[in-house]
Amino acid sequence: MNTHQLAGVDAPLRIDIRRKSFETSGGGGIEVLRDLGFAVERNEFACLMGPSGCGKTTTLRLLLGLDRSFEGSVDLTVSENPRIGAVFQEPLLLPWRSVEENVRLGLPKAMRDKNLDRLFGFLGLSTMRGFYPAELSLGLARRAAIARALAIEPDLLVLDEPFVSLDEATAQQLRQLLLAIWSERPTTVLMVTHNLQEAIALSDRIIVLSPRPSHVVGSFLIRVPREARNAQIRGDILRSFRERFPDQL
Amino acid sequence: MGLMSADDPATMSDRTPRKSYGRNFAPLLTTLASLAALTVIWHLAASVWPSRSFPPPVDVLTAVVRETSSGALPFHLAMTLWRVAASFFLAMIIGTAIGIFLGSYRRADRFLDPWLILFLNIPALVVIVLAYIWFGLSEAAAIGAVAVNKIPNVVVTMREGARALDLRYSDMARVYRFSLFARFRHVVLPQLQPYLAAASRSGISLIWKIVLVVELLGRSNGVGFQINLFFQLFDVASILAYTLAFVCVMLVIELFMVQPLEHASTRWRRRAA
Repeated sequence: MNTHQLAGVDAPLRIDIRRKSFETSGGGGIEVLRDLGFAVERNEFACLMGPSGCGKTTTLRLLLGLDRSFEGSVDLTVSENPRIGAVFQEPLLLPWRSVEENVRLGLPKAMRDKNLDRLFGFLGLSTMRGFYPAELSLGLARRAAIARALAIEPDLLVLDEPFVSLDEATAQQLRQLLLAIWSERPTTVLMVTHNLQEAIALSDRIIVLSPRPSHVVGSFLIRVPREARNAQIRGDILRSFRERFPDQL
Repeated sequence: MGLMSADDPATMSDRTPRKSYGRNFAPLLTTLASLAALTVIWHLAASVWPSRSFPPPVDVLTAVVRETSSGALPFHLAMTLWRVAASFFLAMIIGTAIGIFLGSYRRADRFLDPWLILFLNIPALVVIVLAYIWFGLSEAAAIGAVAVNKIPNVVVTMREGARALDLRYSDMARVYRFSLFARFRHVVLPQLQPYLAAASRSGISLIWKIVLVVELLGRSNGVGFQINLFFQLFDVASILAYTLAFVCVMLVIELFMVQPLEHASTRWRRRAA
């Protein structure tokens, strides 16, 4: 299974970070990532897992081009000028713009007049379009953030714990929504999560990171199609994951 | 059960009909009563100690009517207002630009901070006198001097605003490739709005006071010039007439321009869930 890690010549997303460190306020440095490399296949749903504080979010920031001070390379060859849809840990909707304005502001110029009825309808936001983010519950704000990421028809979807701090029922409902939309129009997805159950339910592959300075410990391929993953099969997958990565959770 | 009883008071208070009827008029009535009381006290005081240097309200009103009908009051008011507006916008634009710059670049801020403290503490009068000496008794020197007096205050406020910018929104804007203009308009400006409002508020009241000094020292029209004239004639009623007229104009600007603008730009705050 490990051979899969850097396989795929035309992998649309390839990350190879030799070193990334942060300066602390005391003047010292913390090495967060060292020799961290993985690739994500076209239309693959990959999950990034690892212990708290191991640099998962940092990896995403490097990938999104929000932090360029690192040694190594991030190759995005999804398309000529890849559109990236991102859902951050917090919804990060502009509080002074309505839900619809928030989603529309994310659209590239060519899509400015796109009809969003279907997307909003699907995510249950049809009646919330004119609301300001402060008027939404966290679950609804997350939906709006997901709508913003999906509206641009992304070549790459980057999700940073999009379902964290939601009650389980809401989180489950949102996962189902995400899957439904994703299977209609598959894209390459990289999702950071702490929730192994979630990773097993959603992803094609789980990339496991080590503690700081983190690197890829291994990757766990899930071959069972998503629709077939019932409770029992998820239990089996969970068991075999635990056997391979006994240190994880 | 516990949940039910905890919910009850909330639903009860939601159902209570809101009486906004009295609420809207009460403050207005209080304000009017308060102003009326001030006028009465003034009138009584002026009657008890009659003096040419302390005219009763009626005399001031007469002066207002006289100056208005002769056209002098509107003309001088307009001149002062134009100077206030010009120096206000000049100060806000330059001050905001410098403030955002200093708030965003730490090193520049450290280097220029002593300059800022210096300018903050130069008395308005010194700036005005120097401006007139260096640039002549011109309109540009007058407006420039007022703006220079106000700019450091705007810089300090806007610097705080720029420091408080939430970078996570900027990150979001970068990922979604907002244009430079969209970033400014939808991400930066709304965050700076409270600071802009604070700077404008304190700005407009400070500026019109300085404008009067500028007019008194080196202009041949405007409210400040007129007040200087009446000072030499010892005509207190006319001095008060001009002052009150200008205060009224500023009040109208506050009520019908500043407040509605602020109201519109903060509407997203009020409808909290």
